[in-house]
Amino acid sequence: MAEKQLMLGNEAIARGAWEAGVKVSAAYPGTPSTEISENLVKYPEIYAEWSPNEKVAMEVAIGASFSGVRAMASMKHVGVNVAADPLYSVSYIGADGGLVMIAADDPGLYSSQNEQDTRAVALAAIVPVLEPSDSQEAKDFTKVAFALSEQFDTPVIVRTTTRLAHSQGMVTLEDRSEPPVKEYEKDIRKRVMMPGMAKGRHVVVEKRMKDLAVYGNDCTLNRVEMGSDTSIGFITQGIEYTYVKEACPDACVLKLGLVNPLPEQLIRDFASRVDTLYIFEELEPVIERQVRAWGIACHGKDVFTVQGEYSANMLRERVLKKPVNVGDAADVPARPPILCPGCPHRATFSVLKKLKLHAAGDIGCYTLGAVAPLSVIDTTVCMGSSISTLHGMEKARGREFIKDWVAVIGDSTFMHTGINSLENMSYNRGTGTVLILDNSTTGMTGHQDHAATGKTLKGEEVPAISIYQICKAMNIEHVVEVSAFDVAELERVVREEVAREALSVIIVCAPCALLKGQKFPYRVRALSDQCKKCGMCLQPGCPAITKKADGTVQVDDTMCNGCGLCVQQCKFGALERYEV
Amino acid sequence: METKNIMIVGVGGQGTLLTSRILGGIMTDAGYDVKLSEVHGMAQRGGSVVTFVRYGNHVAEPIVEEGCADLLIAFERLEAMRYAHFLKEDGVIVVNDQRIDPMPVVSGAAIYPEGILEELEKKHRVYHVDAMAEAKKLGNPRVFNNIVLGLAARHMDFRKEAWLSVIAAKVPPKTVEINQQAFLAGYGQ
Repeated sequence: MAEKQLMLGNEAIARGAWEAGVKVSAAYPGTPSTEISENLVKYPEIYAEWSPNEKVAMEVAIGASFSGVRAMASMKHVGVNVAADPLYSVSYIGADGGLVMIAADDPGLYSSQNEQDTRAVALAAIVPVLEPSDSQEAKDFTKVAFALSEQFDTPVIVRTTTRLAHSQGMVTLEDRSEPPVKEYEKDIRKRVMMPGMAKGRHVVVEKRMKDLAVYGNDCTLNRVEMGSDTSIGFITQGIEYTYVKEACPDACVLKLGLVNPLPEQLIRDFASRVDTLYIFEELEPVIERQVRAWGIACHGKDVFTVQGEYSANMLRERVLKKPVNVGDAADVPARPPILCPGCPHRATFSVLKKLKLHAAGDIGCYTLGAVAPLSVIDTTVCMGSSISTLHGMEKARGREFIKDWVAVIGDSTFMHTGINSLENMSYNRGTGTVLILDNSTTGMTGHQDHAATGKTLKGEEVPAISIYQICKAMNIEHVVEVSAFDVAELERVVREEVAREALSVIIVCAPCALLKGQKFPYRVRALSDQCKKCGMCLQPGCPAITKKADGTVQVDDTMCNGCGLCVQQCKFGALERYEV
Repeated sequence: METKNIMIVGVGGQGTLLTSRILGGIMTDAGYDVKLSEVHGMAQRGGSVVTFVRYGNHVAEPIVEEGCADLLIAFERLEAMRYAHFLKEDGVIVVNDQRIDPMPVVSGAAIYPEGILEELEKKHRVYHVDAMAEAKKLGNPRVFNNIVLGLAARHMDFRKEAWLSVIAAKVPPKTVEINQQAFLAGYGQ
């Protein structure tokens, strides 16, 4: 019997890529896509890298495909935007070796700045999309994606969602089968996208999508399950299919695996066999719009939401009208995510807060600096935007407007796209202050390396690119490095650089508290008799310190990381660091 | 067999993922179809986290929905209260009797509710243990979650030996013994 294993959706995608004979994978970490690369790297036959951003990753995969091998790039949904430039054009070029983009959407916003739907991007980029429903299909569809890419000469997107990416299900393992490397032949009409060539390719692309739509009418990716009850029928896809099977096991279902382009004949036939047709798709009404455009009556967003995740209970309530008996949810205090005990960002934000500065923020753990009790960050848009938005404010309203502002950006985000923004600020003579919060890792996604950490995804030691030297090479005169936990010095430097009428960069260094080998060899204890109950130590919002009933504080030694920030906050010596 | 629905809830960083993987392991070993759903990313940073585990002959969706859980394993009191409405009427709560203040409580914007266990006992069968204190007695506070799991295991149909062997397979090799001791402390000899 074939071996079966419980696998995360992302792990199954990596396994499928390996079985499909993939040779090259490139990616930038982003929840919920990160574990794809972290699993791919376990297969020695595959070259897998962290690229600085998704555009670069996609281009690396395209180059590998040009050279005749199967290649992939994986990213979260907003990473697809960064990779959109190569994606839209490689759609015209097609694929030599199978070329697959894995795009992980985040309905319900577990760890993202928006809830965009990659299927809408794929429509615009004219790229086919496969969408699996469980871990087994995540593996199987990844393999099919490479085959289709070669068969139809097109890049293919495999779209997942957080729920699929981070769910585990049983997967049957198969062997790797590596297709022969394709011989390279120069063909500028196909691979050089300039107007004369691209005009011709656009015609090819449109025909390709028509062919794929016909293919979709009769392929194993799309299937009809006629249940005993033909009063209702669902057209569904992805994780939503499992909710349909949970709530309505006897209903008729058209399960789509190829979700772009849509199979017109198959959909018309199915619609004619059921009384009431529901389109059950999270996020944008992509299927619904097309079905309605064909003149087929259906329900979709009139019944279900555009926002958030779906569920079987949603069907029980809104379609079956038999809601599950649920008691009232208790009214309890929220527990939002917070910076960890010992996080260097807390030290930085405590200084910025003390100086009453506003911060243009960026994407990473430090985005949590926007919320109470730190409340320092005013804006966060997308990767790299802190520096460029601060520059925009200054150019709009002058230096006076940003005199109490800084930009804050992490090291990984800086290397991703912040680098372009800083280049722009230097070139166009901005005078803002940029804090690069260098914790030596990509923290939020679970500690991935990047070009400035000195290690590759494969674990190879390489010379770390110096962020300091990058800044100097951009003609920035004032670049200061300071430790996040030397609070007095950090405060002095921030005061000085913010006052300076010139662009300056402060690289605030201190490794992430969760990085292996970075624990401080200390803990902190509270000396109750010294405590004046002033609450200063509570200001930075460290979860290891809490107020007791008598107003004095206590430190939870199982949570404390010994960073000593609270000791520096206390003027009365009521907190003491001790070695462990 | 009807599909069984289990939830593990707690505070990001408490190790709910390890517990769900031990559960996934024992159910897979027993030959069941299994689906798990986890939370990665931002919520792991000290936020409220929930993991769903479902097993049976054939499992469709990977999540446990409101009003459908058979067993709620809570690593923290407030989190038990937050998710109690996910339980079926006859559902069981196994809760670690520990208090971790969420940021709104730390900052004084909200009050940590008193009498959570008593409140939960009005509607549900509740089993509790001060696992952190027990784990400290064993010499390693980090194994507290296997004490909670041990208590929860009494409400599932797997043999003690099967639990011990799956724990051995899922925890770091150096910590097998203490994790097994922790499990047994919760399970009862």
